[in-house]
Amino acid sequence: MQTTSDEALIGRIAAGDKLAMQVLFARHHVRVYRFVLRLVGDASRAEDLISEVFLDVWRQADRFEARSQVSTWLLAIARYKALSALRKRPDEELDDETAGAIEDPGDDPEVAMQKKDTSDVLRKCLTKLSAEHREIIDLVYYHEKSVEEVAKIVGVPENTVKTRMFYARKRLGELLKAAGVERGWP
Amino acid sequence: MNMIKNQASEREEIEALLPWHAAGTLSRRDAQKVEQALAHDPELAIQYETVRQDLVETIGLNESLGAPSARAMQRLMADIEADASTARRVRSSFNFGEWLSDKLSSFSPRTLAWSATAAALAIVLQAGLLAGMFVNERQGGASFETASVSKTETVKPGTDALISFAPTATAAEVTKLLQTYKMAIVEGPAGDIYTVRLAVTGIPKEELGKLIKQLQEEKAVRFVGPKSSD
Repeated sequence: MQTTSDEALIGRIAAGDKLAMQVLFARHHVRVYRFVLRLVGDASRAEDLISEVFLDVWRQADRFEARSQVSTWLLAIARYKALSALRKRPDEELDDETAGAIEDPGDDPEVAMQKKDTSDVLRKCLTKLSAEHREIIDLVYYHEKSVEEVAKIVGVPENTVKTRMFYARKRLGELLKAAGVERGWP
Repeated sequence: MNMIKNQASEREEIEALLPWHAAGTLSRRDAQKVEQALAHDPELAIQYETVRQDLVETIGLNESLGAPSARAMQRLMADIEADASTARRVRSSFNFGEWLSDKLSSFSPRTLAWSATAAALAIVLQAGLLAGMFVNERQGGASFETASVSKTETVKPGTDALISFAPTATAAEVTKLLQTYKMAIVEGPAGDIYTVRLAVTGIPKEELGKLIKQLQEEKAVRFVGPKSSD
């Protein structure tokens, strides 16, 4: 069975087709939600934000130029919305401390290590990363975005993307080391 | 010295690409470069193993985040309904035939006659300027008013066709089509069929056939055929 491409759906959305909007939403909303949730750390807020993201798609579909994938465009809008929402909360800036506190309701890495579960420790450490580092790791590993696509979403040069990813990995290694997990790198 | 520097920077470059290699999002050329380096550099291979672990756990972490409730979709659709751009889009993508048929069916026969004329003239207005230019060109400047065209002028002998626009065609698309083919709507709609004037004089059958065929391939056209001269 042949499915309609995202680009074709965007064309139909631009012409006012609400059904196409529902199909695009069904196809992408979970990933967009998870991306936003990892940034804002609040499920209800993330839900509101994804509605706003897709409403923007509805309004701007006729301006989509297909220079990037539709999913890349969606994540770029989602990122902008999430960061704007965080900026509106003066007490909850997107800094490392806030991000860590929001994302880590469970044990700290040391305690988790006592459970001798490297996988669990690694996940805890992933939540301990700064928002900037978490974002890039999610985009590359979970959202499967190329260097070029990450650059478009985050709005930085491709070399910065590579460097930022390298330092995110390095930081993750340091957090693991501090939690007692030695992996041989860095 | 320079060679050592180059090798070091090349290794750094490969190191930086490891995450994308693990995710399978590198170009074939870059992937080959990384594969070759991994085969000859055990330290890099250890680093690659950590990248693979990170990838697996990042996916696991994201998958554990669950999904939004149905409220998100409900809110989106409600927002779309309330959005100003929705109404604008519905207006611009409406079907001329359907709209006019609906309007006209609600009027009395007397009003209907006037309304039909007015509606036809309003549509003529869209392509009026071009049609006027076209007619002037072909008739050596003979007068042919457009928006204010009188009934007798619109029925002058010429080459007409019957056309029905695609239900999804927008006003802009129809206008563009009329402009591209230098056509003017001279009658209609009857149902959803309009009479368009392709030329103010008779044109050879072959040429007409070609023109009709071209029009048939247009996205904004649902049906088009020659109109037999009375």
